[in-house]
Amino acid sequence: MTITLEHFLFLGAIIFTIGVLGIFLNKKNVIIILMSIELILLSVNINFITFSAFLGDLSGQIFAMFILTVAAAEAAIGLAILVVFFRNLGSIEVQEINKLKG
Amino acid sequence: MIIYTLSFYFFSSVAVLSALMVISSKNTVHSVLFLILSFVNASCLFVLLGAEFLAMILIVVYVGAVAVLFLFVVMMLDINFIKLREGFLQYLPFGALLGIVLIVELGILFLTNNLSNMSLINYSLFPEITSIENTKLLGSVLYTKYFYLFQLSGLILLVAMIGSITLTLRSRGKAKKQIISNQNDINVSQAIIKKKIKLGDGI
Repeated sequence: MTITLEHFLFLGAIIFTIGVLGIFLNKKNVIIILMSIELILLSVNINFITFSAFLGDLSGQIFAMFILTVAAAEAAIGLAILVVFFRNLGSIEVQEINKLKG
Repeated sequence: MIIYTLSFYFFSSVAVLSALMVISSKNTVHSVLFLILSFVNASCLFVLLGAEFLAMILIVVYVGAVAVLFLFVVMMLDINFIKLREGFLQYLPFGALLGIVLIVELGILFLTNNLSNMSLINYSLFPEITSIENTKLLGSVLYTKYFYLFQLSGLILLVAMIGSITLTLRSRGKAKKQIISNQNDINVSQAIIKKKIKLGDGI
């Protein structure tokens, strides 16, 4: 029983689904939504690296690295917006986030 | 090979379970810690795939930077997390339905061997692990073929840094701070004032 390409792809699919589910279920908590986005990006990374390994092509790993960079930047900016939001309203509920517009 | 299979199932099951705990945990601090666990297991899977450099980078960037940032924000903000859990069960049936549909569709796509058999490209049956180390190979591609993209990703990080600083920076009105130019502008006539005080009076 060997581990094939499909095993890794299905693992990525499961983690992707969990991430999407996290966005749906935690409609109020922005921090969990940001973490779900991180999970989704992780699943994308798993797919990229799987294909890179099974195809013997390094481009997938390079792109996984760029995704990692963008994910880090996104997390930093998202948390900064969250801090500003909390400072203005005193809560982090997503339903009230439209009050942030100027 | 059996060790490879067993370690794949071990790491992937722990990763999936901790990802589930991330979205269902009551305490947000716990979900950040489960996110760390999930990322550590994913990096172990990357090692299994022969991508050691990315595995280490994943630990450095996610566990070292992003997860700590999340923990910092969670602990810094004084949030009533119990109140934020409201509506979890309300959305559960719809969310579960959507999740099941998504996972079944992706499973049909991936598990029916369509990708290996019908694709135009030949996939190898095992991850190709070369004798040259992964870091060396990545470096030889990253600094030549993808050099401009690499610079661009550095620019993205710069923009993110400036953006998050400008977002969170605020001037505190009441706080006392030192303004060097004002201090330097003062001359003797402003610094010392002579006053004649009558006997018995205060200033």
